[in-house]
Amino acid sequence: MSKTNDSLTGVINLGNLDSKPSIDAKRKAKRKMYDKLFYRFCQGTIFFALVTLVVLVVHILMSGLSWISLDFFTNFTSRFAERAGIKAAIFGSLWVLFLTASFAIPLGVSAAIFLEEYAPKKLWVQWVQINIGNLAGMPSIVYGLVGLAVFVRYFNFERSLLAGSLTLTLLILPIIIISSQEAIKAVPLSLREAAYALGANKWQVVFLQVLPAALPGILTGVILSISRAIGETAPLIVIGALSFVAFTPTNIWDEFTVLPIQIYNWASKPQAEFHELAAAAIIILLVLLFAMNFLAIYLRQKYQRYKL
Amino acid sequence: MNSFKNIFIGRSIHLLLILSVSITILTTLAVIVLLGKESFEFFKEVSIISFLFGTKWSPLIAPHSFGVLPLVCGTMWIVFGAVLFAVPTGLLVAVYLSEYASDKVKSFLKPVLELLAGIPTVVYGYFALTFITPLMKWFNPEIEVFNAASGALVVGIMILPMIASLCDDAFTAVPRSIKEGGYALGANTFEVIKDILIPATKSRIGAATILAVSRAIGETMAVTLAAGATARLTADPFGSVQTMTAYIVQVTMGDAPAGGVEYLSSFAVGTLLFIMTLVMNIIGNQWIFKSRMRIV
Amino acid sequence: MSASLSENKEVILETKDLNVFYGEKQAIHSISMQVKKGTVAALIGPSGCGKSTFLRSLNRMNDFVASAKVNGDVFYKGQNLYSKKADPVEIRSQIGMVFQKPNPFPKSIYKNIIWGPKINGFTGDMDLLVEKSLKRAALWGEVKDRLHDSAFDLSGGQQQRLCIARTIAMNPDVILMDEPCSALDPRSTQAIEDLISELKRRYTIIIVTHNMQQAGRISDETYFFHEGHLIESGDTKMIFTKPSVQMTEDYITGRFG
Repeated sequence: MSKTNDSLTGVINLGNLDSKPSIDAKRKAKRKMYDKLFYRFCQGTIFFALVTLVVLVVHILMSGLSWISLDFFTNFTSRFAERAGIKAAIFGSLWVLFLTASFAIPLGVSAAIFLEEYAPKKLWVQWVQINIGNLAGMPSIVYGLVGLAVFVRYFNFERSLLAGSLTLTLLILPIIIISSQEAIKAVPLSLREAAYALGANKWQVVFLQVLPAALPGILTGVILSISRAIGETAPLIVIGALSFVAFTPTNIWDEFTVLPIQIYNWASKPQAEFHELAAAAIIILLVLLFAMNFLAIYLRQKYQRYKL
Repeated sequence: MNSFKNIFIGRSIHLLLILSVSITILTTLAVIVLLGKESFEFFKEVSIISFLFGTKWSPLIAPHSFGVLPLVCGTMWIVFGAVLFAVPTGLLVAVYLSEYASDKVKSFLKPVLELLAGIPTVVYGYFALTFITPLMKWFNPEIEVFNAASGALVVGIMILPMIASLCDDAFTAVPRSIKEGGYALGANTFEVIKDILIPATKSRIGAATILAVSRAIGETMAVTLAAGATARLTADPFGSVQTMTAYIVQVTMGDAPAGGVEYLSSFAVGTLLFIMTLVMNIIGNQWIFKSRMRIV
Repeated sequence: MSASLSENKEVILETKDLNVFYGEKQAIHSISMQVKKGTVAALIGPSGCGKSTFLRSLNRMNDFVASAKVNGDVFYKGQNLYSKKADPVEIRSQIGMVFQKPNPFPKSIYKNIIWGPKINGFTGDMDLLVEKSLKRAALWGEVKDRLHDSAFDLSGGQQQRLCIARTIAMNPDVILMDEPCSALDPRSTQAIEDLISELKRRYTIIIVTHNMQQAGRISDETYFFHEGHLIESGDTKMIFTKPSVQMTEDYITGRFG
């Protein structure tokens, strides 16, 4: 076979770089235009997303800011907008925050440690892992139904802080487990090996070396999960948290309300002034949540030695 | 050396850890047993066929009727609208993040997306009710105060960060070398994205869409506030509808007596909701898992 | 190919005072060199000497490294690739590149080959183009019955030849190869080396290699890099037998590497 004649007839001739006018020039211009257009389109989408966030925040600030005063924090809710406040909701939210965190963090982090460091590589562990993934995707309102049937009715906790916090614990447990697992996974094997090589045993390696190294990552995940719990409304409504509460809870058996429920309650009233009250309460809620978010992001960027 | 004390500590820790994990299994069992039991009670009074295929939902006002299709219809309007908005938008945001944004821009945009994802659903509901709906009514005063479109749009905004981050994960998993292979053949960025990046990640984009659908189905407060409480089979997205989730809220807020058929109906609806989202989550997670096993 | 023959050939690619920086760090120090049409030029040197960085600046692939900054000039057929008017996309359609690890697209073998020509406006017979490109890449016999299978089903060596085939399909003037055999077994390496000697009759090839025997076997000209400097260049036989710089001799005889 004579290979020298085997030329690629018809193969594109792209011409010189100094593109003299040719049939190709139009095509080239078109390709360039699409490329540029698409870039602008992506940019526009990002811009749109940012504008949406800004509009949301500005809209809420404009509606609610003028309602925030000292009275707003010290008054209970009321049928009259000008006398209504969020004292009960704030206390309720703080109780829920504290209780849920103290249930969910130890459970979630231990489960993550077990799955990453102790669990045998067996089929049932894989199933547990898949199960946790599915629990994380279960709608929050289904957790509400579970809480209603288990804590409120079966254990007879009534519509107490305890029932609400336990329900939210179940809700955020899978999220805490998954994010803690990620943080533990990011700790390199070499650290464990170094500790073992110095004669440490398993629990010493895990709790004295791996866990401290993974701590910033775990904390970030934990804070984000707790802030998720603080913003939840539906499951608490389902278990019967009240929307008209004129007292602050004193122990875990008390009935309660939380900020999101108060917001929902005010927002679903037809009067405009209650909508503005809702906006005011949203400002307080968002300040709380954004503060937690910033703390989480700060912790991650500042202390995380092992990137995910 | 392993002293008795150390062994004892090790054993106790092991036991405690297993107990923590078992909570997750117990939760799943509780979900299945309880939803199953209460639904079973419900289906003693209402036949499954008339529940699944009935076209009239009137649980509180006589004559009682428990056909779930109007609620499914309401949910589907929300899902359809939200996904229609959020999937293309989320995809473009992810493309921008992974292909165009500099590290500096990325380190600003990613936290912003997280922030957007961290805003509670009730806030989005408020936003839909007091901003999006009035805006829509400004364009067309005929639109009802409570309408599916407003709810769908706001749910779309809510799930956008999730889709963007799932797609971004998918894009970053594509080896850089494959993209470079495209550029080395004289392709521009748009061509590399369109012909290499997106085809290589299509199963994960699909998975992201399925997970987004599942999220939208389970979305509660935003649609309860914005989309209304009128259970009806409707072809009009600008009218009031009721979703499955909004119904559960309505019943449980109304303090229905335990054991009554209204109370039980919320569990039947919850079971349907649970099955729908479970199936989608399993498919979606499986697709992501499988595509991670492959090179791209 | 003898040295005297390549003397007469025209220069196709030329760099003048080319510097590349990664952030503060300078990776390439003021390199000036010429590559003549129809030759195989080998860039050798210890790892980290900047030969890959240099290669990637010849078709503006360094544009994708955010921290990389290039100054100096690269002339391709007399035109400056780093002038404001130059279009990197067009440059890359004429100066092809084969990478260290085979990087086929997650598509069929057939589509891997036609994608480049298609986006560049090729309207001729696709089947013929695929056949000829695969024949030139010495892969046709092995894949002609499964052109529509995924490229990922091929072995590593076959994938690399596919990547060469898809580069050939663009009919480039110059093919840059960045250690194309480093991820391959000896048999596939042999196949690729044979292929390169076959290809040099049509294309100018600039190949980075860490394997000196390979450079000796396949190249006409050799360029020795060390810590971002071009230490010595010239006819391959000369470099390998009578290098004029001590450092080159030390490297070639294996005293460091």
